[in-house]
Amino acid sequence: MLKLGLALNVLAGALVSLPLIGYLFSVLIEKMELQWIKLGAVSSFPEGETRLASYQNPYRLSWDGATSDIPCWVRRLTGNKFEVFAINCTHLGCPVRWFSESKLFMCPCHGGVFYQDGEHAAGPPPRGLYKYQIKIEKGDLYVKGGLIPSLSNKV
Amino acid sequence: MIEKLREIALWVDDRLHITKLFESTAGHHVPKSSGSWFYVFGSGTLLCFILQIVTGSLLAFVYVPSAAEAYNTLNYMTYTQSFAWFLRGMHNYGSIFMCTIMVLHMTQVFLFGAYKYPRELTWVSGCVLLYLTLGMAFTGEVLRFDQDAYWGLGIGVALVGRVPLIGENLIHLMLGGPIIGGATLSRFFSLHVFLIPGMLIATISMHLRLVLAKGINEFPRPGHLVQRETYEQEYEAIIKKEGVPFFPKAISKDLIFAALVIFGILFCAAVFGPNGPSGTPNPTEIDTVPRPDWPFMWIFSVAALLPPYLETVILLVSPVIFTIILFLLPFFSGTGEKSATRRPIAVIIVVIIYISLAVLTYLGQMSPWSPDMQAWTGDVTPAKYLVGRSPLELQGAIIVQYKQCRNCHAIEGIGGHRGPDLANVGTRLTRDQLTRQVIQGGGNMPAYGQNLSPEQVSALVAYMATLAPNADQAARNSTFPGKPASESAPRIPKARVKSPGSS
Repeated sequence: MLKLGLALNVLAGALVSLPLIGYLFSVLIEKMELQWIKLGAVSSFPEGETRLASYQNPYRLSWDGATSDIPCWVRRLTGNKFEVFAINCTHLGCPVRWFSESKLFMCPCHGGVFYQDGEHAAGPPPRGLYKYQIKIEKGDLYVKGGLIPSLSNKV
Repeated sequence: MIEKLREIALWVDDRLHITKLFESTAGHHVPKSSGSWFYVFGSGTLLCFILQIVTGSLLAFVYVPSAAEAYNTLNYMTYTQSFAWFLRGMHNYGSIFMCTIMVLHMTQVFLFGAYKYPRELTWVSGCVLLYLTLGMAFTGEVLRFDQDAYWGLGIGVALVGRVPLIGENLIHLMLGGPIIGGATLSRFFSLHVFLIPGMLIATISMHLRLVLAKGINEFPRPGHLVQRETYEQEYEAIIKKEGVPFFPKAISKDLIFAALVIFGILFCAAVFGPNGPSGTPNPTEIDTVPRPDWPFMWIFSVAALLPPYLETVILLVSPVIFTIILFLLPFFSGTGEKSATRRPIAVIIVVIIYISLAVLTYLGQMSPWSPDMQAWTGDVTPAKYLVGRSPLELQGAIIVQYKQCRNCHAIEGIGGHRGPDLANVGTRLTRDQLTRQVIQGGGNMPAYGQNLSPEQVSALVAYMATLAPNADQAARNSTFPGKPASESAPRIPKARVKSPGSS
């Protein structure tokens, strides 16, 4: 009798834990793919300049508030040649700021500095800025986005 | 009448076992020597925790754990609802007091050898409480959902992202998705309000149960060694000989300390007020200088000061090693001397850890490694570094300003402190060295060669060569020590040359 009781409870425990584990790990099971997101018309970015742009996180929830606005740095070299950098410093993720006079990105946290092409210039970051994949369609600039970049996932 | 009341009281006691509960808990016998000022920190930490539950539960009456609304409810609490600012202050300082007193408690337990046989698991459960409390501090910082919370999460992501293989999955679990958003705050709310407090209450119960089961550590006597074979009989003898009931004989100092802790929290909340909220949690507002709350400031400093090639390894591996040593301490040092007066290494370890934490926290507050983002627009150049310069040199002074050199380089202390102060750069570098440093960078300075025209470099170097306070000797090229100063020495402006005796 006792053995039956224990066995039934082990079974019940297993059945309870399945949906719990499934619920907890659902973010890993249905992993979201990066999506193409429109940043704006190519003509809105002046040539030879680097501008702050932002896009809506494609997996936006209605209760995200302002957190779904994701900033990025758009550098237009010439014509359709663009580079789009993630805002996050590659050291510890703080938002880097662009200084057009010295043509440097500087990080306010630990003093990471990057050149205008995103390459590492100084400070502790282990690599250059994260670069988005980009495409241009019908005069609009798109980036492939939707996750916060880190050393284990570089957008 | 009195007889009737007495009867009711006895009935209640019989049904609820209050006297028995009292005898086995607050009334239990402790060594008289433990009624010491050194033994008040455990109860002080517990008191802080109870206060945190009270203030936290009340804050949750108003707080809305939604990424869209949390910031508004924080502002409402801080500026509109009566007394809510004070409760936020109490919760903030309650957390600071709890962390501090907990560390003092841990230090006392370590220095008094209280973790040794037979109290190993009391120590281990205490270590669990340490981590849970730090978990509360971090999740609580996120619940104050402002700019610092948002970027604090960003720092967490960057750290977790350094974990090999499973880093990405860990980030998804931590954020509730691929990016910081509504799901993130909800899960931190659940952790801060349900899961971690639940684990804390369970672990505290175990911790206290063990204190009762294995007794409070007697005040250590130098030279009296702990031995597995004899310790428990010795402890029993101490209790028999000089044991006193915790209440009312040994509790008085705990009570005084408890009141002081409450006064302290009330005082800090009233005088310093609540912490934040700072700017809105809007990632597109990037003019921000994220800083962690003070319990984690030392980690922020470590991340700035480690050599980059060691950073990931140290940040990921050292916490694991530290945790293992911490948890296993009573198992490799379970017997022997208890008194700190005969355990010099234990004392040195404590002193080193305290000094390191204090220095790193101070450095984190100062953050000399961070560029001063406003220096190039906001900071003045002291007049004496401009007077008497030629137009070319003044042109260089302007370049120092608008090319953001000041963000990293102070002039006489004004400006960023990332790089060396420029006030005396003319005495340290020759013109050739200045030119090379500006164009090629190096030593943690970016190369400016592509961003400066040759004319700008000449102006910049001409100006910097004049930066030699009190007409100090200019830097000279060692290959030609006798070479006239015209090329390598700064041209000291006449107006600034002071003759001895003049004021």
